[in-house]
Amino acid sequence: MAATEADVSNRLGRRLNALGDWIDARFPMTKLLREHATEYYASKNFNVWYGFGVVASVVLVMQLVTGIFLAMNYKPAAAEAFASVEYIMRDVEWGWLIRYLHSTGSSAFFIVVYLHMFRGLMYGSYKKPRELVWLIGMLIYFCLMAEAFFGYLLPWGNMSYWGAQVIVNLFGTIPWVGEGISEWIRGDFYISDITLNRFFAFHVAAVPLVLLFLVVIHIMALHEVGSLNPDGIEIKEHKGPDGKPLDGVPFHPYHTSKDLVIILVFLIAFSGAVFFAPEMGGYFLEHANFDPANTLATPEHIAPVWYFTPFYAILRAVDNKVLGAALMAASVMLPCFLPWLDRCRVKSVRYRSWIYKTALTLFVISFLALGYVGMQEATALYKTLAQIFAGIYFAFFVLMPYYSSMERTKPVPSRVTR
Amino acid sequence: MRHRLALFLIATLVVAPVLAQHEAELDKANNDVADTASLQRGARYYVNYCLGCHSAQYVRYNQLGEGLQLSEDQLLGNLMFTSELPFDTMSIALDPEDAARWFGTAPPDLSLIARSRGTDYVYTFLRRFYVDDSSPTGVDNTVLEDTAMPHVLWELQGIQEAVYEADPEHEGEERMVLELTTPGLLSEEEYNEVVRDIVNFLDYIGEPMQLERRSLGIRVIAFLLVLLLISYMLKKEIWKDVE
Repeated sequence: MAATEADVSNRLGRRLNALGDWIDARFPMTKLLREHATEYYASKNFNVWYGFGVVASVVLVMQLVTGIFLAMNYKPAAAEAFASVEYIMRDVEWGWLIRYLHSTGSSAFFIVVYLHMFRGLMYGSYKKPRELVWLIGMLIYFCLMAEAFFGYLLPWGNMSYWGAQVIVNLFGTIPWVGEGISEWIRGDFYISDITLNRFFAFHVAAVPLVLLFLVVIHIMALHEVGSLNPDGIEIKEHKGPDGKPLDGVPFHPYHTSKDLVIILVFLIAFSGAVFFAPEMGGYFLEHANFDPANTLATPEHIAPVWYFTPFYAILRAVDNKVLGAALMAASVMLPCFLPWLDRCRVKSVRYRSWIYKTALTLFVISFLALGYVGMQEATALYKTLAQIFAGIYFAFFVLMPYYSSMERTKPVPSRVTR
Repeated sequence: MRHRLALFLIATLVVAPVLAQHEAELDKANNDVADTASLQRGARYYVNYCLGCHSAQYVRYNQLGEGLQLSEDQLLGNLMFTSELPFDTMSIALDPEDAARWFGTAPPDLSLIARSRGTDYVYTFLRRFYVDDSSPTGVDNTVLEDTAMPHVLWELQGIQEAVYEADPEHEGEERMVLELTTPGLLSEEEYNEVVRDIVNFLDYIGEPMQLERRSLGIRVIAFLLVLLLISYMLKKEIWKDVE
C-alpha cells in the first residue's frame, strides 16, 4: 500500500526535528531563536517610531548586498573610477538599479537613523539602564558618517573630490599635528589616486566590518535590558504568574508581522525615490558630481551631502577655523552624553513637562534649520542664522542638566496605554 | 524668544529663495525623452554639429541605435561616418591637448552634460550667443561668459547682437538684451525646436535607462502595494488576540 500524504509529512517532520536536535546539541540555535525572537518580549503598544530600527537593518543589508555587486564592477583608481561608474550605469546588466539602490540607500540610511535617534530623544531610550544601547548606537552613527564620507569619494566626481578635500582639510585645523594628520589620511599631499584606493579599502572592508559588529552588540545590549515603549515604562516590572511581562508580546510573530508592514511602507517610499527621483533634485546625487574630478577647477558651490549639512553649518558659523572645527566635533559628540545630561526621572515625553517638550521642539527646528543653512552659500545672513541655530543646538545639551531637573512631570501609569 | 524664533524661521523660508536667484535666468527646455522622433533628430544634429569636438565617450553606437529604434543600417548610414564599429563609443579624433592649445580649453565630453548642468542650461546656452569682436571666436554667451566655444549653429540661428535698454525692473539701470541682426536659415521657432531636439538627445544619453527606470518603478511599487495589503492582513490576523 502506498504511503499516504500524512505519513510522508509526518516522516519529514520527524526528520526535521531530528536535524534540529542534532544542531542544538552542537550550536544554541533554538536557544538563540527563543532569546531573540519567539520569547523576547517587547511592549504591545509600539507605535511607528519603533519601526525605524528594523528598517535601518534592512537598509544596512541592502547596502551590503548592492555594495558587493558594485565592487565587482567598480575600479578604485583615479584614472578609471568615474568611467567605471558610468560603465555600471550603462553596460552592466541591472547596474543602474544596483547603483541607484546604493546611492539612494545611503541617504535613506541617514533619514531612518535620524528618525530612530529622534525616537530615542522622545521616549528617553537613552536613560538608565539603556546607556550602553545608546552609546553603541552613537558609535554606529559615527561609523555611518565615516562610511558615507569614504564612499562619497569613490565616484570620483568633482564634488566627491572637493568635498573630500574640504573634510580632510578640517583635520588640518588641529594645532601642531593637523597638517601631518591630513597628510596621513590622504597618504599624499593632496587627494589623489592613493587616497581613492585607501578610501575604497575603508569603505568596502574596514568600516562595514566594524559597523556589523556594532549593530550586533547594539541588539545584544538592547535584548539584555529589553525594549522601552512610548510610555517609558519597564514592562519587566509587571509580570504575570507565568513569568511573562503582562504588557509584552513575543517579538515573533507579533512584532515581526508588524515590522513587515512598516518595512513595506518604507520600501514603497524608497522605490519612489529610486525609480522616479534618484538624484532627488541634487540632494541625493549632486549635479556637480556628474563632472569628473578636476584638480584645477572647484564646483561653483561646495557643500557636503544633506546629511552632513547641519554640522557643516556649525563649522562655518564662526570665523576662527580651529574653533569652528572644534564646535563641529562637539556638536557631533554631544548626544553621547545625553544619558548623564538628562536629570529627569520620567523617560517618555508623554509624561514630561512643557520644558522638555519645548526644548525638544526647538532642538529639532534648529537641526533642520542648520541643515538648510549648511546647504547655502555662506552669506552674512546665513552666518547669523547658523550662529543662532547653533546656539539653540548647543543649549539643548548644555542646559539640559538644569532644565531637566526643574521639570514638574505628570504621573506615569504603571501599565502601558494604547 | 519664541516670536524671535518664528521671525528667523520666516526669514529663512522667505528670504532664502530670493537670495538664491542670482544666477542667469534660464529658459525651460521642456524636452520629452519619450519622443523618439525628436531623439533621432537630436542624434543627427549631434553627430553633424557637435561630435567633431565633443565626444560622448560613455555612449555606444549600438546601444544608442537600440534606444532610438534605429536598425543597424540606419545607424551606419545616418550616425556613423568614419571607421568606427557599432559597439564603439562616440569618441572623437581631436586630441585634448591640441584642443586646449587651439580653444584655450578642451571641449568637454557631453555624455553627462544634461545631468551636471541641467537641460535648461544647455537649452538656454545654445540660444544665447552674441557677437563680441573682442573674443577670439567672435562671439560670447550670456549664460557662460567668456566661453571658448564658437557659435557652431550660427548658420541656423543667424547672428545676434547685444543691445542695451532701460531695465523695467531696476529704474535708472540698463540691461542687456539680444537682438537678431542677421537672420539665419531657420526662424526663431524652428531654431528653438532644433536646440530642443539636441537637448533632448543630451538628456537621453545622460541617463539612457530613464524611461525603463520609470516604467519598472510603477511595476515595482504596484507589486509592493499588493504585498503590503497581504502583510497588513497577516498582521491583523496575528494581533487579533492582543487587546
